[in-house]
Amino acid sequence: MSDLADLTVSEAASSIRRGEATSLEITNAVIARAGVTESHLHAYLTFDQDAARAAAQAADAALAAGDDGGLFHGIPIALKDNMTTRGTETTAGSKILSGYVPPYNATVVRRLQDRHAVILGKTNLDEFAMGSSTENSAYGPTRNPWDTDRVPGGSSGGSAAAVAVGSALAALGSDTGGSIRQPASLCGIVGVKPTYGLVSRYGLIAFASSLDQIGPFARTVGDTAALLEVIVGHDIHDATSYRGDVPPISTALETGVAGMRIGVVKELSGEGIDDEVAAACRAMYEKLAAAGAEVTEVSLPASETALSAYYLIAPAEASANLARFDGVRYGLRVDGDTTEEMMARTRAEGFGPEVARRILLGTYALSAGYYDAFYGQAQKVRTLVRRDFAAAYEKVDVLVSPTSPTTAFPIGERTADPLSMYYADVCTIASNLAGDPSGSIPIALDSAALPIGFQIMAPALHEEQLFRVAAEVERLAEFRQRPELATSEVRPA
Amino acid sequence: MSGWEAVIGIETHVELQTESKMFCGCPVRFGAEPNTTVCPVCLGLPGALPVPNEEAIERILRIGAAFECTLVEGSLFHRKNYFYPDLPKNYQITQYDLPFCIDGHLDIEADGEEVRVGITRVHMEEDTGKSIHGSETGRIHDAEYSLLDFNRSGVPLVEIVSEPDIRTPEQARAYAAELQRVVRSLGVSDARLEEGSVRFDANISVRRAGDDFGTRAEVKNMNSLRSLQRAIAYEIDRQIALIESGSEVVQETRHWDEGSGKTSSMRSKEESEDYRYFQEPDLVPLHVDQTWRDRVFAGLPELPAVRRHRIAATGVDRQAAAVMVEAGDLADLFDEAVSLGSEARTVGNWLSGDVVAYLRRNETTLADTHLQAEHLQELAVMVGEGALSSTAAKDVLARVLAGEGSPRAIAEQHDLLQISDTGALEAEVEAVLADNPDVLAKLQSGDLKPIGFLVGQVMRATGGKADPKVVSELIRNKATAG
Ligand SMILES: [Zn+2]
Repeated sequence: MSDLADLTVSEAASSIRRGEATSLEITNAVIARAGVTESHLHAYLTFDQDAARAAAQAADAALAAGDDGGLFHGIPIALKDNMTTRGTETTAGSKILSGYVPPYNATVVRRLQDRHAVILGKTNLDEFAMGSSTENSAYGPTRNPWDTDRVPGGSSGGSAAAVAVGSALAALGSDTGGSIRQPASLCGIVGVKPTYGLVSRYGLIAFASSLDQIGPFARTVGDTAALLEVIVGHDIHDATSYRGDVPPISTALETGVAGMRIGVVKELSGEGIDDEVAAACRAMYEKLAAAGAEVTEVSLPASETALSAYYLIAPAEASANLARFDGVRYGLRVDGDTTEEMMARTRAEGFGPEVARRILLGTYALSAGYYDAFYGQAQKVRTLVRRDFAAAYEKVDVLVSPTSPTTAFPIGERTADPLSMYYADVCTIASNLAGDPSGSIPIALDSAALPIGFQIMAPALHEEQLFRVAAEVERLAEFRQRPELATSEVRPA
Repeated sequence: MSGWEAVIGIETHVELQTESKMFCGCPVRFGAEPNTTVCPVCLGLPGALPVPNEEAIERILRIGAAFECTLVEGSLFHRKNYFYPDLPKNYQITQYDLPFCIDGHLDIEADGEEVRVGITRVHMEEDTGKSIHGSETGRIHDAEYSLLDFNRSGVPLVEIVSEPDIRTPEQARAYAAELQRVVRSLGVSDARLEEGSVRFDANISVRRAGDDFGTRAEVKNMNSLRSLQRAIAYEIDRQIALIESGSEVVQETRHWDEGSGKTSSMRSKEESEDYRYFQEPDLVPLHVDQTWRDRVFAGLPELPAVRRHRIAATGVDRQAAAVMVEAGDLADLFDEAVSLGSEARTVGNWLSGDVVAYLRRNETTLADTHLQAEHLQELAVMVGEGALSSTAAKDVLARVLAGEGSPRAIAEQHDLLQISDTGALEAEVEAVLADNPDVLAKLQSGDLKPIGFLVGQVMRATGGKADPKVVSELIRNKATAG
């Protein structure tokens, strides 16, 4: 049979329960896969084989004792390295947190451990999740498994690359402006940003608090929905976490789209979108219509200014969120003659250029005399974006668009031009400003054999509709390709 | 300062004595070992998030309600950004344009005048940690090392901002004192200056009567009500002298030095930071609805001013009423004794005079004595019946406070009971009159002056236990009958 590292989560879960494989065997296969792929990809910052094997053995023992944690019991998964893990170094991809070992677990980590999931390690990311290519990591870039000269997207590039290549069966990422969906798109896997507040942010190292949301990556829509179901729910440690009942998530995967109203976002279908990406998406709109959906074009006028608003709001919040990294209590400390000098030197050396740029941008946007023109104005645009979505959802059930304007771009291509990098999030940012759920599903490869992602957006707390359409898109696309790195015959021994 | 008027506003910080801190579950405990009441949240560790403490919010609403503020329905928290080593996140969670309470007032009395001081706002913030600098002066500049204690980090702090309605140092002191009383009466904080659970900063400017406001200076570091009054008086004089000599007042923060009795410049406005306030995205707007607001107002205790007026209206001296209300527990005991039927004026005088003196002399508190309302009632009845002289009553009261027993038992045991039985005293009166025929003659002639002498003789003969009123009456009867 095929390599256990290539199983989907639901296949692996069935194998474990049928006695065909143990969690330890699956975990060992994934560790072996990582042993081959990591030298090409650098998806992980921390990879703890021993801890993973111990967790797998514990999961096998628990299951034997009748304690079944559900679908993710014994499944090896990866965490983006901006989620705190007790006793395991957590750096957020930054030099300033080099060597920092948190004394507590993020809520999502606790929820995974409660279900006996096996945590393999911590994946690479753009420093403090600021970036769209994972090139901003202080520990070196992650490479795209489809073409190692290209970026995997970002900021959750490590998680996306690991799932794509089989060095994890699933993973968690975080999405502030597209950081789950865009790398999912560029790596050819499924990634979902849930409704803001549905998953606790406690223990997620904050980038922009009002936009950040943790979400799942997997190779199938079903596995992605199932992982989301493990981590959702109110958390008393997060005042912004949703207090109501958890909405249905995976309840309509088999329903199909007949009768559903699907809106194609007008502003995200033409200019600025790569021709092959646009064409692949158009083909999918037609297939959805053929499957019984009512597909219409819908306008979101404010989405054109959303990118500018995002690049004021997110840096403004970040400028305060990252103020705590000062060398006083943890992480890097660069000594100085005075406390102020120590703090300034620590920050100057500890932060990379993109993080420094955003802190400066955010500090400026909040400054007296500029607040109204920048931060205040950006908040107004945010309100307009919400209104646009509300108006659109009067007419349609979900909105669709490409996830990324292009497929994976070459490493180094955009690092010198921040604005071209920022443009990578043009399709994804509006959902963060609105706080709505949104996901990316792979639908095709372009002529360079790079994956194209299809974005589905739904109203807040309507994850059920998002996954209903996603499951149909998955069936219609019949996207079964895997990167060559994941197929054993071409992997170097 | 003829022709000059001072304009004073006071910012008060009150540390709330809640069970737990403002945004985490750590206990609020003073004097704990450094860095033992801390967690990821109040240490500002990466990923930790604040969750508001409802008990603290309830308490700030009580404070606002006591000042008859409007309780704001959709209150918000903001981040105030500045770098300081004892501020773990390098921003403080505080309130900005939508505080919990706005537009209230506090009535005070000073220099024999009633003054209404407006309360602009009452808002909530988190306290910082403490820096301990390893240097001779204890200041950061020449420190070789600094130690940080985050036990105080995140303790709920309420800021009460007054309108610039205060005109004299005496009014400022009266405002601060009354504010402390109000806060204590609410049971939200002990509001002690010495322990730092309350802090007053004063904004002071001067102007010639009728002019616009002058440039103000903020004065900090006053550790007692007396130093608040002194610092303000000093600052007013300094500013007047400055202007009269042709200079100008600089807008700045000034530090009061208790030893030298002077203020000195800490930092000027130009150096003051831009705090880049913005809405705290980790917290959601707090919805204080009408039901909640009504409940807070309905749950307020009787406030000190109202209580003073009520107690004074029972016939108790105003000063005595003020003393009891200031202490709180004395007024509670007073109310209890009066509810048992005790004579208010008598009990009020004992509590505000004898009991206060006893507590001070013995450096103890009312709770540590054995005095009960029932004791006061029994004592008042004995005095009313004439069984105890007012002098003997004070002696008995001191013994009750010391835990010797009930007033009647003490009076009997120490033979302090007064003889007011006419039958028992008649013989003594007869004997004294017989010994002083010339004095008796004077009385009979209508000269009643010597009656006091005769009463004194009877008192001496009975060892002071006779009721002088009864004796006097007996002598008068004998004289007119004879
Ligand atoms: Zn704490």
